[in-house]
Amino acid sequence: MTVMEENKIKGIISAINGPVIKGKNMTSFKMREMVTVGNKHLIGEVIVLEGDVGTIQVYEETEGLKIGEVITPTGKPLSLKLGPGMLKNMFDGIQRPLEKIQELSPIFIPEGIGLLSIDDQKQWVTTLTVNTGDVLLAGSVFGTIQETEVIENRLLVPPNVSGTVIEVVPNGSYTIEDVLVRIQDQKNQVHELKMAHEWPVRTPRPNAYRRETLVPLITGQRVIDIFFPIAKGGTAAIPGGFGTGKTMTQHQLAKWSDADIIVYIGCGERGNEMTEVIEDFPKLIDPRSGKSIMERTVLIANTSNMPVAAREASIYTGITIAEYYRDMGYAVAMMADSTSRWAEALREISGRLEEMPAEEGYPAYLPSRIAEFYERAGSVETLGGDDASITIIGAVSPAGGDFSEPVTENTKRFVNVFLALDKSLAYARHYPAINWLESYSGYIKILSDWYEDNVAEDCISLRNKMLELLYEENKLQEMVMLVGEDVLPDDQRWVLEIAKIIKVGYLQQNAYNKDDTYVPLQKQYVMLKAIEYLYDSGREGLKLGIPTSQLKDLDIFSQFIKMKYTIPNDDLSGIDRLKDEIDQHFEILFKKYEN
Amino acid sequence: MKKEYLKIDKVVGPLIQVSDVDDVFYGEVVDIVEIGTGKVKKGKVIKIEEKNVVIQVFQNTAGLAAGNSIIKFTGESFNLPMSLDLQGRIFNGIGEPIDNGSDIFSLVEANINGRPINPMSREYPRNFIQTGISSIDTLATLIRGQKLPIFSGNGLPHNELAAQIVKQARLGDNVHEDFAVVFAAIGVKHDDEKFFRKSFDDANVMDRVVMFVNYADDPIAERITTPRCALTAAEYLAFEKHMHILVVMTDITSYCEALREISSAREEVPSRKGYPGYMYSDLASLYERAGMLKDQVGSITFLPILTMPNDDITHPIPDLTGYITEGQIVLGRDLFQRSIYPPVAILPSLSRLMKDGIGDGFTREDHAEVANQLFASYSKVQEVRDLSQIIGEEDLSSTDKKYMAFGRAFEAKFLNQGFDESRNIVESLNLGWQLLSLLPLTELDRLSPENIEKYFPKGS
Ligand SMILES: Nc1ncnc2c1ncn2[C@@H]1O[C@H](COP(=O)(O)OP(=O)(O)O)[C@@H](O)[C@H]1O
Ligand SMILES: [Mg+2]
Repeated sequence: MTVMEENKIKGIISAINGPVIKGKNMTSFKMREMVTVGNKHLIGEVIVLEGDVGTIQVYEETEGLKIGEVITPTGKPLSLKLGPGMLKNMFDGIQRPLEKIQELSPIFIPEGIGLLSIDDQKQWVTTLTVNTGDVLLAGSVFGTIQETEVIENRLLVPPNVSGTVIEVVPNGSYTIEDVLVRIQDQKNQVHELKMAHEWPVRTPRPNAYRRETLVPLITGQRVIDIFFPIAKGGTAAIPGGFGTGKTMTQHQLAKWSDADIIVYIGCGERGNEMTEVIEDFPKLIDPRSGKSIMERTVLIANTSNMPVAAREASIYTGITIAEYYRDMGYAVAMMADSTSRWAEALREISGRLEEMPAEEGYPAYLPSRIAEFYERAGSVETLGGDDASITIIGAVSPAGGDFSEPVTENTKRFVNVFLALDKSLAYARHYPAINWLESYSGYIKILSDWYEDNVAEDCISLRNKMLELLYEENKLQEMVMLVGEDVLPDDQRWVLEIAKIIKVGYLQQNAYNKDDTYVPLQKQYVMLKAIEYLYDSGREGLKLGIPTSQLKDLDIFSQFIKMKYTIPNDDLSGIDRLKDEIDQHFEILFKKYEN
Repeated sequence: MKKEYLKIDKVVGPLIQVSDVDDVFYGEVVDIVEIGTGKVKKGKVIKIEEKNVVIQVFQNTAGLAAGNSIIKFTGESFNLPMSLDLQGRIFNGIGEPIDNGSDIFSLVEANINGRPINPMSREYPRNFIQTGISSIDTLATLIRGQKLPIFSGNGLPHNELAAQIVKQARLGDNVHEDFAVVFAAIGVKHDDEKFFRKSFDDANVMDRVVMFVNYADDPIAERITTPRCALTAAEYLAFEKHMHILVVMTDITSYCEALREISSAREEVPSRKGYPGYMYSDLASLYERAGMLKDQVGSITFLPILTMPNDDITHPIPDLTGYITEGQIVLGRDLFQRSIYPPVAILPSLSRLMKDGIGDGFTREDHAEVANQLFASYSKVQEVRDLSQIIGEEDLSSTDKKYMAFGRAFEAKFLNQGFDESRNIVESLNLGWQLLSLLPLTELDRLSPENIEKYFPKGS
């Protein structure tokens, strides 16, 4: 501790209630200031100040604290150190690297380990891209580092600094603490630029302006890319009861989305799920870069048994890291599993503060917090002038699986894509259990140009047609449940048959199958187009009075159900052969019935 | 010398308040000594405000009043001595022996609250445990190091099922790897505890069982510590002594009710059905103690049992549990009423870890497909049954009639098995194929041609 810190006025602990403590003598503290608490120097944050009494949420286990121990201010808000070394790593809710913690304590996470952050010893090979005399504005790039095999870290002038370069180090190896560039601003003040700079997690990083989102996040998941697409820079929620597939879907998106950077937050969920990511991701090859998907991934883990206050912070830690990479000009996708645990952390802290609860014990500010969070998504032009985006996909875990609870309801208000997971689909092992009747994407209109230009002219109209068919099937099923299928007229039975192919052969997508886990957009399109072809051919037959039982060729149907496995992702010629078979089948039938 | 206090300001349920206290720490253990008899009750500091302290007492607070007891702050956290000698012993919910045996002496002590395992230190569980029960092994496979609860209802045979698993499951890979059972009874009837004791005896594992028992008529605050004592013992045996540990815990519902009662005594804002808002985190602090560690032998496989109030799976207790555990085995009352044992309702049951622990090299290559097909077909059975309720079985289509037949056979032959019957995984899978062959091949869209070729019963 420096002499300066020693001299700061300290608070005195006066009350302890789980993760929330109170202190006296805190007049000189600031709201949202980061503090260390007690003899173990636990990390905390001031969340209420009233007179000389402050309330602090503590990010570590508080057992062992005593009244009278001191609270030391740090003089700054809860902040992250943003610099190279985050990719391929896993951090706790306040950006402490779990690997380093493991070195200090091999199995369990102890309290009082202090403020650790990204590696400050590592030497990075740095290329400086500026010269003395250059004028640097906030957000401009002054150097680059190959942070991982696929990601170049662009060293940014922090958002609140600008000036003329007066000194640059030569290219070489440096740590995040070395001064690389000195700039002088208009007031003749000199600023040191390092690889890393600090940023308070609760303050969104600025950008030049927001722009419209016109490009989809391609996920390789048929039900999402074709039926309910997410725009890059957009927002999506995945609500679902336990076991319906939230985490699987989030993992699939983290693995296969065509974003440049993935920030994955395990917020109040299972330890093993984070372990699984650590074990599996390095082995998976990104189809675009040809390198491991871990090369572009940052993991934040506050598992359900870790301190609850750090859970509240983990969401902000994640989004701030996402913004940091966005500001380099990247398309970032962030998954938060699960935002409900974050909301519950808010509720728990609020309860300990004895605030007046609104619905189901949640604080009245829940909706505004959710809104603020999703508002940090978006497509922007960065301060440095690049196109970049953050897409946020939040899982929601409704109590009792009931979507009318406060977190789901309020999330729905602020996101544009709603991927509703359905218990009965999950029970029938229809995965992903995304209910096509309840889900929606608000991006269909603005993305339709993209789909028409990049996939096929009729891509969106095909999607709409097939979705309508599924709606119709739903109505028919209600009738079937009353009278049985046999009494329906043939055209309606044909709808049921085709809908079954869409459901089993198309919407169901097996994350564990090596080919089906990720499907290129072109294959997604031609598969659906082939189903449409079968549907339309059958309707021709119906006009001739051919019964559904005749139209339905068992061999063709079984090929449709299995085409996702039998047609290789990189060779779609099998689809044409399938269409030929359809033609042959119907030609024979038509001949028979025309006479 | 720690201070002693004579004054109790207030007793509210399991909580007492004491004022004018100095120098205590959050979580400190307190001895409450009755004047005259010298009887000691244990408690723990759960809130401190200036000089006012709230203590949660683990024994009955009846009779506690100002002036009749001395409050001693021990200066310790809630620690238990740890040793291999825990095996074969029986303790109460705060870890005191109740089997007339001696106290456990050990230099190793552990805080019963444990600490979160660093996800970097975990190893993702992948080893199949054969329980000998077809429904579980085939459709909701238990994996070593998994937390897999049994969601039951009052009167359903969850105890029998747990006992059968203890008897039949093999935890270790070979004879060199040691195993033990840690059993925690939380608010259970004396009969239930006797049943388990007898079944451990029958399974010949009594000298490898560590028991922590809190009876239904024991104080409720002790229910909070019972599972923690048990898991602390399990962690010691698994992670320090490298044993494979099966933790059986019953009944989580009693635990949660105790949590609710204490929360309401603390006048906390409740969330659903009066349970505290932090119940998710609290349950996670138990369930997440299961698992395996990287590069070392030893595991904690965790089978908590809970009874769903009104058989309602959306009730906060099963709901929050399901959100934390790695799946669930759900027992169904209608199966039970039709005398099917074990009455495993397979559709809501799930093992999240089975994907990596089954298939070639673990069980058999066709396992995943058979499981998927059984799920899909049996879920169709439910629809067909609903329809037949309306139009009558006679009027069903011929395919639907086959589904009805499949459904009945599946329940009678696959789900149903004897309490002493153990089927290996190959027998279970073959039985699955046999039953699936009651359906037309065209209905079996989850099976690949290769596996059909290889395993589909010939001549059907
Ligand atoms: N796309 C999928 N493909 C195959 N299995 C899936 C898929 N989605 C979900 N599952 C199955 O569902 C289980 C539960 O999914 P999970 O994502 O853990 O649920 P949640 O996070 O909603 O509780 C998984 O363990 C897996 O067996
Ligand atoms: Mg999940």
